[in-house]
Amino acid sequence: MSIFLSKDSRVVVQGMTGAEGGRHTARMVTAGTNVVAGVTPGKGGQVHQGIPVFSSVAEAMDSTGADVSVVFVPPRFTKGAVLEAVDAGIGLCVVITEGVPVHDSLEFLTLAGQSTTRIIGPNCPGLISPGASNAGIIPADITAPGRIGLVSKSGTLTYQLMYELRDIGFSTAVGIGGDPVIGTTHIDCLKAFQDDPDTDAIVMIGEIGGDAEERAAAYIEKHVTKPVVAYVAGFTAPEGKTMGHAGAIISGSAGTAQAKKEALEKVGVSVGRTPSETARLMRALLEAA
Amino acid sequence: MDLFEHQAKELFARYGVPVPEGAVAATPEEARAIAAELAGPVVVKAQVKTGGRGKAGGIKPAPGPAAAEDAARAILGMDIKGHLTRRVLVEVANVPAEEYYAAFLVDRAAGSFLAMCSASGGMEIEELAVTDPGALVKVPIDPLRGVDHETATFIVTEAGLPADVAGEAADILVGLWKVMAGEDAVLVEVNPLARTADGRVLALDGKVTLDENADYRHERPADDTVGGDDLESRAKAKGLNYVKLDGSVGVIGNGAGLVMSTLDVVAQAGAKPANFLDIGGGASAQVMADGLGVILSDPDVKSVLVNVFGGITACDAVADGIVAALATLGEQGATHPIVVRLDGNNAEAGRRILDQAAHPAVRQVPTMDGAAEEAARLANAAA
Repeated sequence: MSIFLSKDSRVVVQGMTGAEGGRHTARMVTAGTNVVAGVTPGKGGQVHQGIPVFSSVAEAMDSTGADVSVVFVPPRFTKGAVLEAVDAGIGLCVVITEGVPVHDSLEFLTLAGQSTTRIIGPNCPGLISPGASNAGIIPADITAPGRIGLVSKSGTLTYQLMYELRDIGFSTAVGIGGDPVIGTTHIDCLKAFQDDPDTDAIVMIGEIGGDAEERAAAYIEKHVTKPVVAYVAGFTAPEGKTMGHAGAIISGSAGTAQAKKEALEKVGVSVGRTPSETARLMRALLEAA
Repeated sequence: MDLFEHQAKELFARYGVPVPEGAVAATPEEARAIAAELAGPVVVKAQVKTGGRGKAGGIKPAPGPAAAEDAARAILGMDIKGHLTRRVLVEVANVPAEEYYAAFLVDRAAGSFLAMCSASGGMEIEELAVTDPGALVKVPIDPLRGVDHETATFIVTEAGLPADVAGEAADILVGLWKVMAGEDAVLVEVNPLARTADGRVLALDGKVTLDENADYRHERPADDTVGGDDLESRAKAKGLNYVKLDGSVGVIGNGAGLVMSTLDVVAQAGAKPANFLDIGGGASAQVMADGLGVILSDPDVKSVLVNVFGGITACDAVADGIVAALATLGEQGATHPIVVRLDGNNAEAGRRILDQAAHPAVRQVPTMDGAAEEAARLANAAA
């Protein structure tokens, strides 16, 4: 098992006929993902990279039974693409696109919240259940299946931790994205990992900005019995400067790495000072178990 | 992008939010002319994108044109918390009888917009939130519905604004929401929203932050980064995601999270990072050359740490990029030691390429922690 994504997932790629969409679709297929359709308005009926293209998500779902969508369309078309997937009733919509206006994100996230669609992202690397399915751009060859669950705002830190623990392997790694407003949160993933019989332990990666890590800490204290190790990036970040991710900014005394680390440690989560130390903490926890 | 006060007020006026009459000046003479035009007492306000202008002496009342010229002369060129004052706003002086607070912002935790309003404006709102949290009303705003007159009336009534200004204040809130929605802003704040002695309600100050991701669908005010840190301006011109910091280890990495983490690991190794620079997933030779060029021209830099985890991009491609970048940079590339850590996809092949190139400045360390220690040691030794 895994969370959100399994070998049975049937994936439709929105924007598959674009350069990025096409390139990453090929990678997803190589990783064993069952990519059943692409969607590009006006290109229905074509076949791209051996995969049928439809003009709408609804048509793709009707014809192929797709239940997961991965969105690669440019920022100015992202809101429309996501709302189309939500309207069609897709179960999971993974929004890879970076640079989506916040007002657009809030609109589609609010509408998705009133529907049955789970959104991951925007501005995220997607998620992978190694050996089963890969919905997004996380490299599939870093690690094999295993029993660690991972949730992170950052793509490259996800890759780094997966690499450090590649001999143990992962059930699912979810990159939830670095934007100020996102669909699936740390807490959603913690809940799913806690409920997943094939996940034994959880790595949580956070970074400066907002208070998602603090809220996750409060959730862990009440609801998570599986071992959790955490890493927080941005101890040296100055106040008021955006560090790459739009959401990674310290405002006044809020959003600092130190506050997040303390909140997590207070509820018994081991927090590594570096990615390598975080991996060592996870290893020690698993060996002790 | 944060707007200057005068830019924020221009937007307010466009959406029907009352603001004091005034204009912006870049010289004392211009300030004098504006004051003469406005006829009567004015206030001269430094245009800098930071708070605490009043305390720093950046806001001065002036009874007439001559005094406005003097005030502008004193304020122009003033350094306020590291921000150079290049312009002043000269506007009709309005003495507030009462001061309120109103703002719309993005509530990250709730995933919606938030209205904040208080009958006790004027002071720093962070201060109010601590000293008298009950005085600050927070109302979630449904992104699908926005703020109509009914919602705005509810907000100002909850905040305890006097009944005789509630209607006018609600109109202003509707106007401020239109700025928020119509301009793709992520913050619109008025502090103080003032009632004058003669009973008018108007925005005496204004702060607006625009969402740069939505720039494509708006005409934006010119981004006034002149006078910003020179290295940051140069990096921005090359499209680099760069933030200048105050240490001596130049840092390049791929991915915002990994770079933030690299800065922390450098600090733990006993040195301070000189910058944040994320060259993204692609890490092409040109971007690598541009990045190294900016970092090596920073006089504070004593060593450079290139920390790349090959995810989508293979490390051999990254290594080729580093070799090509150093060839482009020529002598500049040999001025400081460059510690390179390549790991992940095709790391062995990447390391081999760098070994074979044998550039005199480059040394490789296979782990992130080890590479940070080496870069810190080299920077401290050169200090």
